[in-house]
Amino acid sequence: MSMIEAHGLAKSFRVSASEPGFINAFKHFFNRKYRHVEAVKPSSFTIQPGEFVGFLGPNGAGKTTTLKMLSGLIHPSAGEVKVAGHVPFRRQHAFLRKITLVMGNKQQLIWDLPPNESYRINAAVYDIPDDELARRVGELSEMLGLDKQLTQPVRKMSLGERMKCELLACLLHRPEVLFLDEPTLGLDINAQVAVRNFLKRYNEKYKATILLTSHYMADITALCPRVILIHQGSLFYDGALAGIVDRFAPYREVKVDLSSDTTREALEPFGQVQSLEGRAATLTVRRDQLRTTVEKMLATLPVADLTITDPPIESIIGELFKQGAVKEPAASGGGK
Amino acid sequence: MNSFVRKTRAFTGSFYALMLAYRAEIYLWVLAMVLPFIMMAVWSTAAQGGGLSKDPVGYARYFLAVFIVRNFSVVWMIYDFEWHVVEGRLSIHLLRPASPLWHYVTAHIAEQMARAPFFAVIVILFFCIFPQAIWVPTPFAIVGGVVCIYFAFALRFVLQWCFAMLSFWYERAASIEQLQMLPYYFLGGFVAPLSDFPEPVRKFAELTPFPYVVNFPARILIGEITLQSPEFHRGLLIMAAWFAGLFVLASILWRRGLKHYSGQGA
Repeated sequence: MSMIEAHGLAKSFRVSASEPGFINAFKHFFNRKYRHVEAVKPSSFTIQPGEFVGFLGPNGAGKTTTLKMLSGLIHPSAGEVKVAGHVPFRRQHAFLRKITLVMGNKQQLIWDLPPNESYRINAAVYDIPDDELARRVGELSEMLGLDKQLTQPVRKMSLGERMKCELLACLLHRPEVLFLDEPTLGLDINAQVAVRNFLKRYNEKYKATILLTSHYMADITALCPRVILIHQGSLFYDGALAGIVDRFAPYREVKVDLSSDTTREALEPFGQVQSLEGRAATLTVRRDQLRTTVEKMLATLPVADLTITDPPIESIIGELFKQGAVKEPAASGGGK
Repeated sequence: MNSFVRKTRAFTGSFYALMLAYRAEIYLWVLAMVLPFIMMAVWSTAAQGGGLSKDPVGYARYFLAVFIVRNFSVVWMIYDFEWHVVEGRLSIHLLRPASPLWHYVTAHIAEQMARAPFFAVIVILFFCIFPQAIWVPTPFAIVGGVVCIYFAFALRFVLQWCFAMLSFWYERAASIEQLQMLPYYFLGGFVAPLSDFPEPVRKFAELTPFPYVVNFPARILIGEITLQSPEFHRGLLIMAAWFAGLFVLASILWRRGLKHYSGQGA
C-alpha cells in the first residue's frame, strides 16, 4: 500500500486584486475585486513507504501548498488524497501522530525558552513517557550533534542550531511521514551538510517516508533518488533524478585537453563552447550528434584527452524553470 | 500520569517560565487595569451625599472586587490568535494531536499565576491605605466567588474565541472585537454597579453575558449575593446558557474557518 496517494489534487485561492493609488484604493474599498489563483492544478502521484522524494519547483510553483494539503493544514479544492491511510484534512489525531511538517521559515520552538521546554510540551501532547523522552532526546541530539544548546534559550542560538533543535522537536514522536519544507533555508554550508546527513540517517534508520522541498540542489542530489518537478501548479516530471538528464537535457558535456593552443573559433564548429582555459575546453554537444562530433574532433584537433559527461543536474533544472514554460525536447528519455 | 494532567502541567509550566521572562510587561499591565480604582474614587465621593445604592465603603469594596475579578478574568487570546492566523503560525498548533485551545487557555492561566504576586501586593497596599474597606468574606463568598470568577473567565474566553474566529475571514478581528468593549465596560458593571442603573437598563443588562463576567462574581465576593439568593441560581443558569450558546457558535466558526485557512507564509 502506498504511503501517500494523491489523485487530481488541486487547490485554488481567491485573492483580492487592487491597483495602486489613492483613487483605486478608494474604489477597492467599496468594490472589491478578486481573482482566482490556481496554486496547484489537478495532480496525481503516489509515494511508497520509506521513499525519499525531492519536490522541486521555483518560488510560487505550488510546492508548499501541496505540502500543506498533504499534512492536513488546508483543504484541497478538488481531488482526493490519502496519507498513511488517512484523509489529511480531517486532522484525526491518529493521522497527526504519524506525520510531521518541518518548515524552514516557521518554527514551533518557544523563542525565549530552552528547547527542552518545547520538548516537554511535545512529549505531553504525543503521550511520550518521561524516560522515553529522555532516551529519544539523547539519541536525536547525538545524531544532530546537539548538546548544551538544549538548555539555552532558542533566541541565543545560531540559525543552524535552531534548525537542528526544531528537527528534534518535529521528530520526537517518530513520525512515519516527514514533510520537509526548505529545512536548510539560510543555513551555512556546514549546517546544511549536518542536516542533510541527519535526514539520510533518519530515513535509513526509521524507514520514514520523506517528501523534501529545497532550493539547494545539493540537498536533492544527496538525498533524493526520485524527484517530482512542479511548475506553475502543474507536475511535469515524476521519476528518477538521473532520468531528468535523459529527458530534458538533449546534450552532453565534452571536455577536451589539447596538446597545442587553439582558439574559440576553431572549436565552435563542434558544439557550444562553455569554456576555454589554456588548452582545456568544455563544449556542449547534442546527444544525437555526439558520436560523429567526437569522431571529427579526434580527427581534426590535437586531442590529448577527452571525456564525455552529463551536464550538472542543477543547471538542467535551473534552465527548465528559467524557461517559464516547460518545453519537452525531442529526444526520448526516462522518467514517467 | 493522566494525560490531561500531564498536558496541563507541561503547557502551564512552560508558559509560566515564558511569562516570568516578560514579568515587567505583565506588571505594567496590572497597573494599567486601574479603572476600577478611578471609578471607586468617583462613586465613593458621590456616595457621601447619600441617595445611592451603597455607602462610600460599599463602593470601595465593590470596585476592589471588580479589580480582583478583572485580574483573573482578563482574556487576550484574540491578539495571539489573530497573529497566528495572519502569519500562518496556527499551522504549528494544527499539526499537533491536541486542540489548539491547550495553548491559548494554559497561556492565560500561566499569565494569571505570574501576575498574582504583584496583584496581591496592590490589594494589600489598598487595605493599608483604606482600612475601613477591609471585610471578612464568608466561606461561600470565597468558594463561590473563585468558582464564579473562573466561570466568568470561561465565558469571556468563549466570547472572545467567537470574535477571534473572524480572523479566518478578516485580518483584523481584534478591531471588530473592540465593538463589544463598550457594553462590556458599561453593562458589566465596570463604570457603575448595576444596582445604580435604571430598572429597564438593568433588566436588559441581566439578559446579556456582560454582568456575569464582572458584576456578578464581584457581588458574590463582597457578600451581596449569597447561596440562598435567587439571583445566584438565575445568574449561574444564564451564564451556563450563554457559555453553551457561544461555545457552539465558536465551534461552528472554527470548523468553517479552518476550511478557509490558507496557512499563509507557512
